[in-house]
Amino acid sequence: MNAATAKRSRVMVTPEGLALPVTIASRGSRAGALMLDVIIIFGGLLAFNLLLIWIAGGLLEGTALDPTAAPRGAQEFLQILMVISGFVTWYGYFLVQELGPRGATLGKRITGIRIAARSGGRLTPEAVIARNLIRDIELFYPLVLVFILLILNAEGEDIGLFAWAATGWFALFALFPFFNRDALRAGDIVAGTWVVETPRTRLAATLSTQGAAANRGASEVTGARYEFGDKELAVYGEKELQTLERMLRDAQPEALAAVHATICRKIGWNPGAGDERAFLEAFYAQLRAKLEGDMRFGKRKADKFS
Amino acid sequence: MKTPVLSSWFGRGEIAAPPDIASATLRSDRFRLEREGEWRRLDAIVAQMEKGGLKRIADEDLVALPALYRTAASSLAVARETSLDAATLAYLEALVQRAWFQVYGPPRGFGGWLRDFVLGGWSRAVRAIWLDVCIALFVMVTGAIVGWLLVAQDEAWYYRLVPSGLADARVPGASREELAASLGTEESAAGLASFAAQLFSNNSGVCILAFALGFAFGIPSLLLLVHNMAMLGAILWLFSGQGLTVELAAWLSVHGTTEIFGILLSGAAGLHIGRSMAFPGQKPVLAAASEAGQRGAVVMVGVVIMMIVAAILEAFPRQLVDGTGPRFLIGGAMLAFWLAYFFLYRPPQRVAEEGI
Repeated sequence: MNAATAKRSRVMVTPEGLALPVTIASRGSRAGALMLDVIIIFGGLLAFNLLLIWIAGGLLEGTALDPTAAPRGAQEFLQILMVISGFVTWYGYFLVQELGPRGATLGKRITGIRIAARSGGRLTPEAVIARNLIRDIELFYPLVLVFILLILNAEGEDIGLFAWAATGWFALFALFPFFNRDALRAGDIVAGTWVVETPRTRLAATLSTQGAAANRGASEVTGARYEFGDKELAVYGEKELQTLERMLRDAQPEALAAVHATICRKIGWNPGAGDERAFLEAFYAQLRAKLEGDMRFGKRKADKFS
Repeated sequence: MKTPVLSSWFGRGEIAAPPDIASATLRSDRFRLEREGEWRRLDAIVAQMEKGGLKRIADEDLVALPALYRTAASSLAVARETSLDAATLAYLEALVQRAWFQVYGPPRGFGGWLRDFVLGGWSRAVRAIWLDVCIALFVMVTGAIVGWLLVAQDEAWYYRLVPSGLADARVPGASREELAASLGTEESAAGLASFAAQLFSNNSGVCILAFALGFAFGIPSLLLLVHNMAMLGAILWLFSGQGLTVELAAWLSVHGTTEIFGILLSGAAGLHIGRSMAFPGQKPVLAAASEAGQRGAVVMVGVVIMMIVAAILEAFPRQLVDGTGPRFLIGGAMLAFWLAYFFLYRPPQRVAEEGI
């Protein structure tokens, strides 16, 4: 966990009293999710409206292309569809998806984030509605206003201080998440929600059932047996153990060789070559057995310095 | 931002059979291998629920879910004290968190919530913000009086208060006949449906704005109310000058009792948020704001429904029904209906709705 992620980690207490770590979504991924959602909504609406226009064009056929002869009821129906579809898509898209079991819109799912109640309780429909209504004044009204003002300005009208007010309004809300610890936007404050990263971890294999760890320190390659005394195991703590675990799970042989050499130097062994993995597996299993044994008696060693 | 994991989109990979428990040399790994089957079962159920296939989950799985969740939670608590296997701890933390989201997820889907909302939730929320409704009502009446007085003093105010699109024939100096004609009816219903859709989209936008602006301590919401009602006051002044007050009131009341009531509620909901942020009382500001925001959100969903009703009333009955009496009848009936629904309709609240 690097420093930036550590800064975003929080603890949420479940009703069972269990403290669960959550990671606040980064502002970048939230902005990315919003952009994706807006692109999806506008793309969908555009396609739908083009379809309606195409149908409206079809209504003119057979009337000798005379718009007054086209069936009025059908035209009106298409107009209504256009207006209502815009409204329903705009609010429905966010509401229905965030109320679903994933608590995330399509954009949020792609960037791996979801919404949750800040209190650790249930995420209520009221909260989802509130946070989505507020989004309008945070982003879209000021954006539309600024655009209209820009167009007016381009046409030579004097827009004066009004443009600055609109820009200030936009900046106030757009920058809101940068001025609080939990990256809350105004809608999150009003609704009592926050946006967190969706955990996505698969259960990795048990290390103590593989290789030299399972054979009481005996290597499958050379048959040598690695046994470490208390003094040798005392040099490292939990932090180093978990670094070693990560290395054993994903690192390349060259990296393992470097770790092997470092450990041998530290405990005063003469590093050999060719059997690094078995050595590390045995060292890992025995170090973990020792640290976990101490843990059961309430003794913990956080890292090599403690 | 996490990089998207493609495999999470295309189903899960094959899961290897867990190794024999006896082969594990570490006690903490034996602990894990003994419980791994239950974790994986919970994982599979939660993954299914996340996909939204609640109906496809077997009954025994659903029954087992709370127990499995608590098992996983207690496994996590034990593992934190006995195991140093970072991968297992991370997996358990993620699993418990995902299961927690499902077990304590939104209690019902949108449909179920909507039913409870219509059957009592809405009127409860309106009654909960009664003080703000009173304040907003006071502000609106004041706004209308101010609009009247301003225009009565100086006719130039009329053009500032009333947007030019509305003021086609309705301008100071118009004759009585012209004004009366603007209150008349259309010959047919053609074109009125799309007019209604437009009105609805417009008006709900204004209401949502009035609500959302409440965030700035409610002041912009109130300004919006004053501005809207000042416009009404100005138009009232214009028509009363020609002795058409009653006709105008009848014409307005058809949809106005619903629409203005809706605007009143959205302003009150906005004010409610602003007020609870300015005066949070014993609670922390954030908690007070979110409580008020959620109550306001319920009112706002109702306002959107009221705007649909108002748009239909405005487009059809108002343009088709002539005569002061019938118009007052429609408007009055709507007002009576809303008042009864909000303040007299008090079904007992179901305990389950309270949540946790």
